[in-house]
Amino acid sequence: MQPSHFTSVLLFALCASVVFGITMRDTPRRMFRYGLYCFALFVGSAIVLSWVMFLIAR
Amino acid sequence: MATPPNRVAPAGGRPAARPKAQGGFVYLPLIAGWLVPGAGHFLLRKWGRGALLAASILGMFILGLAMQGKLYTGGHDILEILSLVGDLCNGLPYFVSRALGVGADQVQMTTADWGSRFIVVAGLLNIIAAVDAHNLRTGRKPL
Repeated sequence: MQPSHFTSVLLFALCASVVFGITMRDTPRRMFRYGLYCFALFVGSAIVLSWVMFLIAR
Repeated sequence: MATPPNRVAPAGGRPAARPKAQGGFVYLPLIAGWLVPGAGHFLLRKWGRGALLAASILGMFILGLAMQGKLYTGGHDILEILSLVGDLCNGLPYFVSRALGVGADQVQMTTADWGSRFIVVAGLLNIIAAVDAHNLRTGRKPL
């Protein structure tokens, strides 16, 4: 199995966000919102850092 | 924006609802959660949370193996030792995988490096989940 880097980021973010959401909050609604927040931060920061590295490498 | 973290007591001033005192070994959910991802929550009858945790952690572990990730067996430097500790945090899935001989001996491609990290992080997430089950059991976190 050889997923692309971005697919790997999405899978990593999904699994980690589910665990963070469940363990860091105490009601289902807050768990869902926190999980979504973590997922957005994981993926968003990966995209931003990728662009930064791209611009530095030019 | 992030939701606020868990509170020890509600804003109204009343103390947080504590579960009834339960007999038995309080570390059982912690140990069960370490050995089998999600088992700590299953013991506390948190079926949905346990299933999601098990799916996420085991899914991450299996994805790591599928990407030809490395299962660390010993450490020659500090990074390898830390990775071995992370792998051991997976509990039974790690030992079963070692016994079955799955997982790469050496990282030979980029996705295999990702796979190794997936396996280590799955172990670290498993410990977070096991500690959460322990907190639920002791009443530190409301059920």
